[in-house]
Amino acid sequence: MSDNTTSLSASRTITRRQFTTAAAAGALVTTTGLPLRPARAATPLKLGVLLPRSGHLALIGQACQRGAEIGLPMLKDMGYSVELMNADTESNPDVGRTQAEKLIREGANMLMGAFDSATTLAIAGVAEQKGVPFVVNIAAEPKLTEQGFKYTFRNFPSAGMLGKGGLLLYKDMFAATGVTPKTAVLLHINDSFGMAMLGGINALMPKLDMPFTIVETIAYDPKARDLSIEVSKAKAAKADFVMTVTRLNDAILLVREMVKQQVETMGITSPGSPGMYDKQFVKALGKYAEYCSVNIPWFDPKQEMAKTLEKTFEKAFPEESFDLNVGFTFEAVLIAADAHKRAGSNDPQALTEALRATNLAKRAMIGGPIKFEANGQNMNLRSAVVQNLGGKPTVVLPTESSEAKLVFPMPAFKGRT
Amino acid sequence: MDATFFMNVISAGLLTGLVYGLMALGLSVIFGVMRVVNFAHGDMMVVAMYAAFLLFTKLGIEPVPALPLVAGGLFVVGYLLQRFLINHFLEVTEHIQFLLLLSVAMIITNVVLMVFGPDARNIQLDASFESYSLGGLVLDKVRVIAAFTAGGVALLLWAFFRYTTTGTAIRACADNPVGARVVGLDVEKLYAITFGIGTACVGAAGCLLLLLVDVHPHLSSDYTLLGFIIVILGGLGSLGGALLGGILVGLSEALSGVLIAPSLKSMFSFGLLILVLLLRPQGILGKKP
Repeated sequence: MSDNTTSLSASRTITRRQFTTAAAAGALVTTTGLPLRPARAATPLKLGVLLPRSGHLALIGQACQRGAEIGLPMLKDMGYSVELMNADTESNPDVGRTQAEKLIREGANMLMGAFDSATTLAIAGVAEQKGVPFVVNIAAEPKLTEQGFKYTFRNFPSAGMLGKGGLLLYKDMFAATGVTPKTAVLLHINDSFGMAMLGGINALMPKLDMPFTIVETIAYDPKARDLSIEVSKAKAAKADFVMTVTRLNDAILLVREMVKQQVETMGITSPGSPGMYDKQFVKALGKYAEYCSVNIPWFDPKQEMAKTLEKTFEKAFPEESFDLNVGFTFEAVLIAADAHKRAGSNDPQALTEALRATNLAKRAMIGGPIKFEANGQNMNLRSAVVQNLGGKPTVVLPTESSEAKLVFPMPAFKGRT
Repeated sequence: MDATFFMNVISAGLLTGLVYGLMALGLSVIFGVMRVVNFAHGDMMVVAMYAAFLLFTKLGIEPVPALPLVAGGLFVVGYLLQRFLINHFLEVTEHIQFLLLLSVAMIITNVVLMVFGPDARNIQLDASFESYSLGGLVLDKVRVIAAFTAGGVALLLWAFFRYTTTGTAIRACADNPVGARVVGLDVEKLYAITFGIGTACVGAAGCLLLLLVDVHPHLSSDYTLLGFIIVILGGLGSLGGALLGGILVGLSEALSGVLIAPSLKSMFSFGLLILVLLLRPQGILGKKP
């Protein structure tokens, strides 16, 4: 022990010559302003991570948490320095607000979260009040970037962008395959998300001049135990293809019931909802999960960062889904760490300015470089058509990011092997 | 919408209703004999569903062959629960009984949550995606299997109460507990057997429902409520009433889903319940107190 102390002491001894050299170098940097290397903050960024890790959104909150943690070694290798301060919002906006205040009190330099729109709005209010920057991983509420918040930055599409992007992709799907269906039946959950999606679809369909009409709209409870009647009704509509707005369990019930009732359709597609890309969906339905597709923001399989992240994730969590919750939360940490590195400081104002100047070309999700508009919205986000092929959600559109060709119309359930 | 479409909807409602009826039978048996309302009914069914899930995933035993095992296991659980816990609360006021069984329900739900986590679990059988086609009629294979098994179990239960000595003794306890004691029947033991039979019915229903529904810990409250609706409709304590109530709920859910809106189908079960309470408070096949 004493040897170590001595050695440490000896290493700290500075000779007159060393002092003169260091002083000269310091003076040079100070007077010329030339950086000897890229700006690097002295202390790690303390990032307050607010996610619904318990309560009714626990499954998704935990998926997001995995996204926040899985990329840390990768970020370290890239020269970023970030420490996570984790807090559970308990799927409750009031708890989210309190936890955000607590994290700031405990020294968080920046906040990140919070998956559900109501909690994210509550946290954005706290961030604004305290002058602490806030990066939104996932939340589609338009108000987040329309309310004039100065400290909130969102790397996720707003509900309008999500709906529009999802619907426009149908035109690309039909153009890519040369098959244009004329009618669709829409099956959707009747919770706030499902009703918001329905409102968006109904409003956008005429504006976007979609080539098909929705002949029947069937709402159901996302907690429904049995969807046989809903599927019977959808079958009776005799539409060319099926559009769905689901969560996970009801998506499984829906497709299983379609198989049983021998509903043969050109496609089972979603304009942007969870469920059909989930690992559990594929596991539960096997060959019948094939060809179901979702139009949603997704990983860019052509980006090196996405490939590395996927490998790391699959190794750490082989049973879990590598999905957009993981991807957008990883990117939120990346954005925060990058701003911290460029700011060279933990000062909230400097961090906010650095966030505003973000320009990250190397990213994991599909879209151009991450850049924020004046209102804090990432301007380069894009949805993709993700289709289950070979038991894996696969990007089939846009072409520049695609890993395989879209299969539409899908093969009949009967006779699948 | 043509006639075939309605035939499909009605048959699906009937088949689901029979399984609902079996689930409610347990509740009706226990109340009919002991006048105890089992608020842990749905929770016991969830335990049975998880037991059937484990037997399938660990030992490869499908839910229908696993039914005697699960029902037997639940019989033992119910017997012991009555003998060592509920028996001490038979003479207390009803609200104390409610609180006791609600506590049992909460403990079961949380233990299941701790052991299995919040995720929904399901099993995949070859039959899970199969159906029978009869002309234009498409019958879901697992629903047919579940409904026929439910009918068989209900028939066995009826035969037990009608033709066995123990069944007759239990009916005697239900009719007149004091008289049963006077003639030398071991009422406590018969009550424990009755509770065991009630939970065994729930166990059988749990096995069959696993064919139709994914199981998760919070499913219990839905099924406790559904069980109550069914037995109140059919008449508390009536075996035939429970089956009839189940079929009525299954049919009303199916038809209202088609004719009105699928998202409003549960509302019609409650509507039917209110109607029966107004017009025939003892239930369709229930006896006047």
